[in-house]
Amino acid sequence: MTTIQSGPGTLPGRGAAEAAVVDDLVSEPRRGSRRRSLYAGTNNTNTWRYALKKDWRLYSLLVLPLVFLLIFRYLPMAGNVIAFRRFRPGSSIFGDEWVGFHYIEMFINDPTFWRVFWNTVILGGLTLAICFPLPIILALMFNELRSNAFKRVAQSISYLPHFMSIVIVAGIVLQLTSLNGTFNQILGLFGAESVAFMQQPQWFRTIYVSSEVWQTVGWGTILYLAALTTIDPQLYEAARIDGANRWKQMWHVTLPGIAPTMVVLLILNVGTFMAVGFEKVLLLYNPLIYSTADIIATYVYRVGITSSNFSYATAIGLFEAIIGLILILSANGIARKMGGNSLW
Amino acid sequence: MQDTRSYTAFRVVNGLAIILICAATLYPFLNIIAQAFSSEGYINSGQVSIIPRGFNITTFDVVMSDSMFWRNYANTVIYTVVATAIAMVLTTSFAYALSKRHLKGRGFFIGVAVFTMFFNGGLIPNYVLINALGMTNTMWAIVLPNAISIFNLLVMKAFFENFSTELEEAAQIDGLSTYGVLWRIVIPLSKAVIATMVLFYAVSFWNAWFQAFLYLDRRELYPVTVYLRNLLAGATGTEQMGGEAAEATQIASNVRAVTMLLTTLPIICLYPFLQKYFVRGIMLGSVKQ
Repeated sequence: MTTIQSGPGTLPGRGAAEAAVVDDLVSEPRRGSRRRSLYAGTNNTNTWRYALKKDWRLYSLLVLPLVFLLIFRYLPMAGNVIAFRRFRPGSSIFGDEWVGFHYIEMFINDPTFWRVFWNTVILGGLTLAICFPLPIILALMFNELRSNAFKRVAQSISYLPHFMSIVIVAGIVLQLTSLNGTFNQILGLFGAESVAFMQQPQWFRTIYVSSEVWQTVGWGTILYLAALTTIDPQLYEAARIDGANRWKQMWHVTLPGIAPTMVVLLILNVGTFMAVGFEKVLLLYNPLIYSTADIIATYVYRVGITSSNFSYATAIGLFEAIIGLILILSANGIARKMGGNSLW
Repeated sequence: MQDTRSYTAFRVVNGLAIILICAATLYPFLNIIAQAFSSEGYINSGQVSIIPRGFNITTFDVVMSDSMFWRNYANTVIYTVVATAIAMVLTTSFAYALSKRHLKGRGFFIGVAVFTMFFNGGLIPNYVLINALGMTNTMWAIVLPNAISIFNLLVMKAFFENFSTELEEAAQIDGLSTYGVLWRIVIPLSKAVIATMVLFYAVSFWNAWFQAFLYLDRRELYPVTVYLRNLLAGATGTEQMGGEAAEATQIASNVRAVTMLLTTLPIICLYPFLQKYFVRGIMLGSVKQ
């Protein structure tokens, strides 16, 4: 999903933190409908007319937020139609005339598209494989600390990078990897030649994933730590009586205890798999390292905003968003089939 | 139970590992601070790590005497305040209405909001829309499009759902309308969650840059993040050229560090106080009572 809402909407932690809240909410409608069926037929308090009359003040509170969602969320979704229509700057936001699958065919035959597609898949896959398990491990490590003061300080430090602007993070990365930066100072200690990290394509993935780890792992522990506090201490007691050592307790009590949280976060991580950190890549990359750093979102940005090829860029962006949606739907479906823990 | 020897060994290793992780997390910040206070010569020769070398604060004067820096800094403050205010009004009223379980159509409205977490219009349709609305080169392009964060909405909704219904009913019997209950009873008693939401929004608007980068062309409208981004982009540009440009670049690396430090200073200063709210806020929404 090509998103331009790195702001409040999406937390930098690849949407991770939303998990439990969503989990909480999706069971709601079912509860509501059950109640509705209970009252249905007994009287006519279930009509819209009755509801609007009784709760009009509550509904009035919904008006502005719904207008907001309609204009700034749903209108752009409808605006994707320009992937199939010719759009000229200055004309209607829904384009001028139908061109069918012209732009779809265009990107399927575009070698640059396939390069950025595979870059996105590789970068997304690496981030998922590395950034998903690390918070779990770190949370378990925090959990073994006995000193509360030490634990609090350590956690506070680990959250800190999460609150930094992506521009600052990019600046830090550029400083550390520059010719006189820390990494080259360390290389210098071993007598090695300086490396121009940001000019060599083979380094980009390492640098990107490392900075992602630095920025997100501490904050990622927060939901696991919350889940750990809900595990019943009696379970540990029982395990100990059965002769389980610390390691076995972790394996048979702790991990099953946080498994629902893990599943929910994994689904969300899979869903954002394609939405690799667009802003960070945009801030970090340069033409010298396009061969590994250029992703779908940055390509969309260049084609659309820089070259004003709006319809073509929309077609590529739509393709990416649909893959993201399919990924999250199938991850959720698989999770539900396997063990009942799912987002909805 | 007595710890086994191997468990004691594990705890020591674990503690050391965490100290190491914390050191690695802090290092980049310390490095920037050290660079901000060092003289250019030492940075050039790669001698600055976490202790300033050739201590000086003249770069602060250089950065702070740039009127554009201050102007953009002031813009950031304005955008953050206005955007947070708008966001709080919309999010609070939305969350409060959605927290009422008896509200007809509630499930549908929640669905409408949550769907936008998983699917969105994408870069280009958003860009076209903002242009069509005539928001380019105005503050509205920054403060309106991200006014509701669904995540924050859900946290607030979860909080309101746990609010005492008896209290609200009592207030209603005493003659307060829905608005009165929300304004005079619920909001004053929800200071914790409101503070958390204000902080979440304020930090994200403070840190945001891309909206401004995309929709603002005039330098005097930029927030400080875009000022910093242009500084970084300019510096990497010259780094590739090498040669005579090298000197300019290296002066910039000092200026860069100072600008980064000043940009992020409010957050670093407030962080120790804010941090516990953030943590509590996210726990509020995530752990079901």
